[in-house]
Amino acid sequence: MSEQSGAALEPAIGEAPPVVEPTEPTTTPSLWPSVPRSVLVARIAIGVVLAAAALYAPFYFEPALNRVLSQAIYIAIAAMGLNLLTGFNGQVSIGHGAFFGVGAFTSAILIVDHGWSYEPTIVVAALLSAALGVAVGVPALRVRGLYLALVTLGLAVLFPRVAQRFVDGSGGVALLRPARRNFSSLITGLDDDQWAYFLSLAIMVALFVLAWNLVRGRMGRAMIAVRDQEIAATTVGVSLARTKVATFAVSAAYAGVAGSLSVMVDRIADGTNPILYFQRSIEFLVAVVIGGAATILGPAVGALLLVVLRRNTEGLIEGKEILSPALFGAALIAIVFVLPEGVVGGVRRLLARLGRRSAARAAVAAAASTPPDANDSQ
Amino acid sequence: MQLFIEQVLNGIGNGVVYGSVALALVLIFRTTGVLNFAQGEMALFSTYISWKLTTTGMPVVGAIAISMAIAFVAGALIERTLIRPVETARSPLNVVIITLGLFLGLNSLVQLVFGTDPQRMPSPFPSGSVSFLGDARIQKDTIGLVVVLLAECVLLWLLLNRTRLGLKLRAVAANPDSARLHGIRAGSMLMLGWAMSAALGALAGSLVAAERTAFDSSLMQTILVYALAAAALGGFDSIWGAIFAGLVVGVADALTIQYVDPLDGIEVVLPLALILVVLVVMPNGLFGKRTVERV
Repeated sequence: MSEQSGAALEPAIGEAPPVVEPTEPTTTPSLWPSVPRSVLVARIAIGVVLAAAALYAPFYFEPALNRVLSQAIYIAIAAMGLNLLTGFNGQVSIGHGAFFGVGAFTSAILIVDHGWSYEPTIVVAALLSAALGVAVGVPALRVRGLYLALVTLGLAVLFPRVAQRFVDGSGGVALLRPARRNFSSLITGLDDDQWAYFLSLAIMVALFVLAWNLVRGRMGRAMIAVRDQEIAATTVGVSLARTKVATFAVSAAYAGVAGSLSVMVDRIADGTNPILYFQRSIEFLVAVVIGGAATILGPAVGALLLVVLRRNTEGLIEGKEILSPALFGAALIAIVFVLPEGVVGGVRRLLARLGRRSAARAAVAAAASTPPDANDSQ
Repeated sequence: MQLFIEQVLNGIGNGVVYGSVALALVLIFRTTGVLNFAQGEMALFSTYISWKLTTTGMPVVGAIAISMAIAFVAGALIERTLIRPVETARSPLNVVIITLGLFLGLNSLVQLVFGTDPQRMPSPFPSGSVSFLGDARIQKDTIGLVVVLLAECVLLWLLLNRTRLGLKLRAVAANPDSARLHGIRAGSMLMLGWAMSAALGALAGSLVAAERTAFDSSLMQTILVYALAAAALGGFDSIWGAIFAGLVVGVADALTIQYVDPLDGIEVVLPLALILVVLVVMPNGLFGKRTVERV
């Protein structure tokens, strides 16, 4: 009732015209307003096309390109983890590269040193990363905003050094290369690269659906409340500590799974480059922001864009390969300028504008005729 | 004991470097409220300009002064053209992405313009070392850095706390809207903050490069991490905190390398652990101001 009248006073973007529903107060939480039918149709159409493209892609492209797509998928998973933490819970982390690294080395060590087959190591990687996430999340309760970003930055810088100290790869360097046969396809008819792609894709879809459910439920509302107003959240019974630490753990587990998948895709766990995991952290953050923070599809769009941008800025100018990071940086700046809410935010705004137009038409029609039908709002 | 003093001096030498970059970070944070990840690369670019000028036969001090002036203008331009347009955006992360884009872009521009070979930056200070506490020796370069750093601190502190301009700068950083209502030109103040910070970075970078035997485009990357650590440890808005924390990080690092064998190769654990402990006990850093929040 109150939601309905609130909507009538102040129509939210993309919301259907206010509908009085006398029998039953709406069950839709106000965070997720019902959408006009045209927007819904557009979403379903886009979804079907995207799904078809994702399923057909590995048969169309070369193995090398499939690998790039698989990289986009694991970056998307890690970015989704970061999105849960930063986008929905407001805790900025530049340390997710470390969780990613823990996942990667967990899988690589179990395979190379202990003879595990690959698939079960994903679970172990997720659990270990989550445990580390709790270990970081608890002290993170005391620090906020910029300071948290800095502490987590330290984590990303520290990780490769810890790896160098404690991991003995071939030749004494912290570099593990599991053999190709560990990742061979479990489905006949699929090549290894296609198998890697589909396994990553399946895990990504599962984790994205999980994230979607998470943020729509009790936990998600607690996360958002803590992000927007900590003190107000506590007054309505949200446990700050529990929410923040749990988000940290889930977020870290996502990054750990991504790291584990990276071992399958790239067949390497590398601890020799001191700033590699810092760069990874940056990649995840970039994917979140250019895709659209606090959206569900944002990290996937951002990750794909990131990989495509990086691939296309490499060697764009003949003989000036040195410039490719500059082009990449310029592209980042351009995206932030043009789409300050990320790609998904921009598209959403566009759809909302279309929806508002059709909603306005519907409202005019409804005013002209009988009282509106309640089903229109769904 | 001799070894201990040498290591402490060694650590102070590095700590001064971290402190001076942390100072530029703190300045930009105090005047604009932005954490600038491109600080190190901006300083790197200016360092190369200083170096290029010295190769034309210009005296080192003059070269550094000109490079600081160029950095001052460039810093203001960056604020006006790249940072300001996105600052109104809903998400503060957008500014972070811009500075990260700058980080990547400037680094590769440096390599393109100045080449990838290591270069030698001449020092503005006399060479050699003086003895200190018995047999330990301290480089004159290091003493020079300490002196310059202290001078910077005093000047900055006077500027921010004892002048009308400093008051305006702080007012804009604290609350741009209220500052505007009081007739302060917030835009100019933000530009000035970036300009000063870029100039400080130019000075720090040039002196750091001069202290080392050679430098290349990776000069600032590890330094930036340590400087960020120092800035966090000192409480992000304190000038003296940045310097003190820079020294703490530098000395702790040097002593760990020397004395704690199990941490061999991962001595960076210690400063980070230090930061974690300090932040958990004192969330605003050692010298940071407590902020009171109204609900």
